[in-house]
Amino acid sequence: MADQTNNPIAFVADGNIPESPPPARETGVVKWLRENLFSGVANTILTVLSLILIYLLLKNTLPWIFNGVWNANSLAECREILAGKTGACFAVLAERWPQLIYGFKYPVDAYWRPNLAFILMLVAFAPVLFFDLPRKLLLFTAVYPFIAFWLIWGGSILVPLVALIGCVVAGGVFQKFGKNSFAAGFFGAIVVALVIWNIGGALIPESASENAWLSPVPSRDLGGFMLNMMLGVTCVSLSVPLGIALALGRQSNMPLIKWVCVIFIEFIRGVPLITLLFVASVMLAYFFPPDSTVDLFLRVVIMITMFSAAYIAEVIRGGLAALPRGQYEAADSLGLDYPQAMRLIILPQALKISIPGIVNVAVGLFKDTVLVSVISMFDLLGMIRGPILASTEWNGVYWELLGFASLLFFVVCYGISQYSQWLERRLATDHH
Amino acid sequence: MKKSVILGAATVAGLAAGAAVAGTVDDVKARGTLNCGVTTGLVGFAAPDANGEWQGFDVSVCRAVAAAVLGDANAVEFVPTTGKTRFTALASGEIDMLARNTTWTFSRDVDLKFEFVGVNYYDGQGFMVPKALGVSSAKELDGARVCIQTGTTTELNLADFFRANNISYEPVPIETNAEAQQQYLAGACDVYTTDASGLAATRATFESPDEHVLLPEIISKEPLGPLVRHGDHEWGDVVRWTLNAMISAEELGVTSANIDELSAGTDNPEVNRLLGTEGTLGEMLGLDADWAARAVKAGGNYGEVFAKNIGEETPIGLARGLNAQWTDGGLLYSPPFR
Repeated sequence: MADQTNNPIAFVADGNIPESPPPARETGVVKWLRENLFSGVANTILTVLSLILIYLLLKNTLPWIFNGVWNANSLAECREILAGKTGACFAVLAERWPQLIYGFKYPVDAYWRPNLAFILMLVAFAPVLFFDLPRKLLLFTAVYPFIAFWLIWGGSILVPLVALIGCVVAGGVFQKFGKNSFAAGFFGAIVVALVIWNIGGALIPESASENAWLSPVPSRDLGGFMLNMMLGVTCVSLSVPLGIALALGRQSNMPLIKWVCVIFIEFIRGVPLITLLFVASVMLAYFFPPDSTVDLFLRVVIMITMFSAAYIAEVIRGGLAALPRGQYEAADSLGLDYPQAMRLIILPQALKISIPGIVNVAVGLFKDTVLVSVISMFDLLGMIRGPILASTEWNGVYWELLGFASLLFFVVCYGISQYSQWLERRLATDHH
Repeated sequence: MKKSVILGAATVAGLAAGAAVAGTVDDVKARGTLNCGVTTGLVGFAAPDANGEWQGFDVSVCRAVAAAVLGDANAVEFVPTTGKTRFTALASGEIDMLARNTTWTFSRDVDLKFEFVGVNYYDGQGFMVPKALGVSSAKELDGARVCIQTGTTTELNLADFFRANNISYEPVPIETNAEAQQQYLAGACDVYTTDASGLAATRATFESPDEHVLLPEIISKEPLGPLVRHGDHEWGDVVRWTLNAMISAEELGVTSANIDELSAGTDNPEVNRLLGTEGTLGEMLGLDADWAARAVKAGGNYGEVFAKNIGEETPIGLARGLNAQWTDGGLLYSPPFR
């Protein structure tokens, strides 16, 4: 024992060892690389292969982009400037971008009108998309379609005004009579709206459009990405409510309504969209006298809306079917009638489940709007394939134009997708 | 009951279509604009320029007709049509005439009930090869890989031609002209075949057009011309003779430059009859005397229109070839103005 106490102790720790940095291979970038890119032989090989692939891709595309020519009057001139180097001919975008955005016939001095309509659209959508915003903004959303119509098509302000008055009065009628009997309110509203529109239409003088403040622009003069946006926005916003109605109708106990909805959905889903568009553009012309055809834009909107409504209806039916039966019974046991049960209990849950599906349809529909180029409407793709590639100056410029089109579509579709993910997080009420 | 409703609707539609057919000249005059069907875009033949103004060879025909009937070459509403929508647009009365490099064939004329009023461009299927291939005739193409658009008459013509000459080929099917350009330039095929005017336009877009040649053989007949509906002969006559006026004007040496001078009266009675200083040709057509003078003034005579849009001075660089006047060994032969 004594020996032990007498012998001096070799080392006593009288404090903490100063913290030393972790080994280089266990920290920072190196650690991340080791864990994520080089964690094994197989992964290392894959990483190296991917790097080579990325290098090969960039090696060719980056010079192509950075050497791009922005100032030239034709493809031949682009090639002269490049003098054999690899490089894009972005000059076509610089010269023709108004045509790509607005089409080739929209009056140049009226470009501010669709621009303003676009900005107002963002304002109008805000309260619908982000429900933390004050609810009073919805009033603007309700008026927006009429403002946008007036801005884009121009002409007499009386036309959208009459349409607006018709809608407001019809809404009032529905409020008043709908409480007692849904059918009375519903059909009463339709009749009142039709009466107002007809009387108003007859009262507007023929010449009202000619010296209007905003010069009128016929539908066939619309084009470019503006047309895609207009078709996409209009059809998505119309087809969601229609799809909900169809989905509920398909579950209805009333056989007539049920079968109308079933046949509509199955028929429309069974026909390719392009066939419907051909019917809209070609066949319908046979059934109208030549001078009183329904506007082509309207015909196309109706067809695309019907098409996407059928899909959205099925998506929402999936959402409705996913709800446990208890939810319906709970609503019944609270004494709620059908509209109340749907509005307060069933639909909020079913729609939440359906969000990814609806967004999927919306993104697909937005991209499908380029199909109108086959019925000779000059949307973004129609402009590229038709007038621009057919001009003697720009025939042969493919990558630049189609790349630009992809970029525009990607921005919008990615935006929609990000919004839907935010919406799902925001609506998540389950606990983890 | 239901049946009668459907029949009734069909009758109304039929009547409406019938009403549209009668008196197109009067319809156009009342409307003040000519609805002319064109392509959605074809290099040199019809395409809007950077300012949105339609330009091209087919477009000039529309403008000439508008000038003859309405006195204003810009009173045209151009209705772009695709290969699929063009005939229904004409049949339904949406357009008054179609000038959309449409081939005049038996079935289109007879079965589809249209009336081709003439030919404004004699096209035909040709071949393009790289110069490096060292081929000077299509008959030397034995064993060649040929880029060909599927489902077109060009595909059938090609098979016929190679079989008739007892040589073999390997087809490389492609879908569109754009795809063909890429495949051909990438060397996926040795030969590209389509209408000769299309080949010339395609070649004009190449980085080095001189390295490619068009072979002399033309293996099919593709007469392209404007057309109207069956059954309205007054209107058909107007369009036919407007086209003939453009062709005759070139033959008689009437150009947009000297037309004002010639309109004052010349020693050549045929020129006088064409320009309306002699005879009553315009009246017979239901138009005024100087209808043809206006038509020629709109864009020039046939030769001027050709040179401006697709001729050798343009990037497309088509030679007159078959489209020269008959006096120069071509096929253009307008009946006399008498």
